[in-house]
Amino acid sequence: MTVTAYLALASALFVIGAVTVLVRRNSIIVFMGIELMLNAANLAFLAFSRMWGELDGQLAALFVMVVAAAEVVVGLAIIVSLFRTRRTVSVDDENLMRH
Amino acid sequence: MINQTIATPPGAVWLAAETGGTASSAAWGCWLVIALPLVSAALLLLAGRRADKWGHLLGVAAPAVAFCLGVWAFFDLLGRPAAERVQDFELFQWIPGGVFDLGFGLRVDQLSLTFVLLVTFVGTLIHIYSVAYMAHDPARRRFFAYLNLFVAAMLLLVLADSYLVLFVGWEGVGLASYLLIGFWNQRLDYAVAAKKAFVANRVGDFGMLVAMMVMFTQFHSVKFDEVFSFASWASPTTLTVIALALLLAACGKSAQFPLQSWLGDAMAGPTPVSALIHAATMVTAGVYLVVRSGPIFEAAPHARLVVLIVGAITLLYGAIVGCAKDDMKKALAASTMSQIGYMMLAAGLGPVGAVFAIMHLVTHGFFKAGMFLGAGSVMHAMRDQVDMRRFGHLDKFMKITWLTFMMGWLAILGVPPFAGFFSKDKIIEQAFVAPDGQVWQAWVFGSVALLGAGLTAFYMSRLFFMVFHGKARWSDEQHPHESPALMTVPMIVLALGSVFLGLILTLAGFDDFLAGALAEGHHGEPVLNAYLIMGATFALVVAGAWIAWRRFGAASATVPVLPPAVDGLIRAARADLYQDTVNHALLVRPGQALVRGAVRADTGVVDGAVRGLAWLLQSVGAVLARLQNGFVRSYAATMLAGVILLTAIVLAVWI
Repeated sequence: MTVTAYLALASALFVIGAVTVLVRRNSIIVFMGIELMLNAANLAFLAFSRMWGELDGQLAALFVMVVAAAEVVVGLAIIVSLFRTRRTVSVDDENLMRH
Repeated sequence: MINQTIATPPGAVWLAAETGGTASSAAWGCWLVIALPLVSAALLLLAGRRADKWGHLLGVAAPAVAFCLGVWAFFDLLGRPAAERVQDFELFQWIPGGVFDLGFGLRVDQLSLTFVLLVTFVGTLIHIYSVAYMAHDPARRRFFAYLNLFVAAMLLLVLADSYLVLFVGWEGVGLASYLLIGFWNQRLDYAVAAKKAFVANRVGDFGMLVAMMVMFTQFHSVKFDEVFSFASWASPTTLTVIALALLLAACGKSAQFPLQSWLGDAMAGPTPVSALIHAATMVTAGVYLVVRSGPIFEAAPHARLVVLIVGAITLLYGAIVGCAKDDMKKALAASTMSQIGYMMLAAGLGPVGAVFAIMHLVTHGFFKAGMFLGAGSVMHAMRDQVDMRRFGHLDKFMKITWLTFMMGWLAILGVPPFAGFFSKDKIIEQAFVAPDGQVWQAWVFGSVALLGAGLTAFYMSRLFFMVFHGKARWSDEQHPHESPALMTVPMIVLALGSVFLGLILTLAGFDDFLAGALAEGHHGEPVLNAYLIMGATFALVVAGAWIAWRRFGAASATVPVLPPAVDGLIRAARADLYQDTVNHALLVRPGQALVRGAVRADTGVVDGAVRGLAWLLQSVGAVLARLQNGFVRSYAATMLAGVILLTAIVLAVWI
């Protein structure tokens, strides 16, 4: 398979993730969209890594996975505590910082 | 004469004082003359209420000791050969500035010591008088602190050896006069009078600053000896500018036309302050400045003519105002203005006239101080009444005040052999000498001086007769009585001075003594015979006094308690010849308009620009703040749009 196919798949995943973030209100689903975008980026990294035959891209992908794991921990904790205090997980209701 | 301009630490200077140099230890001690009243003033102000009990004693002691030191320095000076009598010495390095290296130095010579003795002697007497006069004032300690500050500043002014050191004393005198004129500043008009004096003096100080700046740019020095040595070859324009600027300064301090308006209002201060301002300190500073700067004025004949004109105008101005005033202190103030005008006139006549200017200054210091203290004594007896129309017949109740005042009155009239005769008549005679062959000047200024003598006789006699003679016009609540000894003794001493000082100074050869400190003078012959001038002066004086006696003193004379309606000239004189109206129209109102314009420009342009910018940023911010709508998804969309935009730009640039 050519690198184009991988990139097409990565782009498709990224767009799905981005649309998820933009249109869904449930924070957990939004979160999933973000994960999807991150993994789309990872896929692109790996594809290019293979294409050039170097490890830099895979290294970057590993970093992304570590950061994503940490982010999930913090993000889910925030969502849980938000749910506890405000009884909702809708991102549209989290608007305390509005002008 | 030693001149230590090399940078030496203060300790080394003291060492030099003891071991070497030709300046005597007495001259070196002159810094103490300034330091004593200054330290006393600082102590009295810092000690606060704790010093209330003994503050006045310290206040009297400081100028008294300073006077003793002055006498010591004076006799030391007399013991020196005539050529070595001018002593300059540096106390410490003051402004080490490369090309402009100025030391804080004093000049002890005949002129400065004359002033030191006058200021400290008359000052001490006024201090003693104030002990009793201010006895019931809760702030007497503060009063003495200011008096000491006044004396210290004046002494620094006359002992300085450069214009900049003189300027320190000059400003100190201005400050002290402000504090003292406004001493009872709980009354608004008194506070305003103090401010008026201060502002008028500021105008004069501007002249002083200009003079020093011109000296600095042209001569790179403000020291007396260096400036005077430059004066012989500097361009006439430069010298005229310096001389006119110095004259402006002198006009401010000495209340000369056109800066005379503050003097009458300065009577707001307690009477001893008026005596101090008019006799020993403050108003004499301008005459001192002109006489001290003699070499500059000698080389600038145009400026000297202006000095003569200013002196002549002020002389008549003060005399005319003095004729119409009903307020005893204001009449005396107008008289001072007129007498200082005489001194200015004499100072403008060159070194020979300057000698008599200083001599008149000394004798005037005595008799005017005596009369002011007498006026204070009358006010003390009459419950602070100053309206002469409500006095009269006080000679029976206040014998000492009456007699001492009479001595001062005869002295200022110039009746021989009282003090004023020896100084004022000499000035009138000198005014008749044609300077540089200008005969018209001799006639103009001589006639003005002569006329002034007649007017002086009239208004001083009017004052004297209205206060002490005629019918009693005071109310039943007033019980005139003689003042305590603390007040009468200084008056008696000053009265003795008014009687004998002129004779003593003339017999002792004061003019030759003082001439050593001034430039070489040229004795000219008056255009009229000297005895004729003397006779004319005496005739005018007698005529003036006789008219005053007929109208205000004689048994047949009636002095209405309320000022009668009179013609235009007297009305104008009562209103100080409309000096305040003129000042208001020419200076105050345009000044206020200028300030208002500046305020408007400030709020409109300067503040407007700042406010406009702030408003612009605020409105932009308000528009942008709407983007903070609280919807996370819209933020995400913005971010995505941004990323897409950036990517598009990057791609567009690369491809």
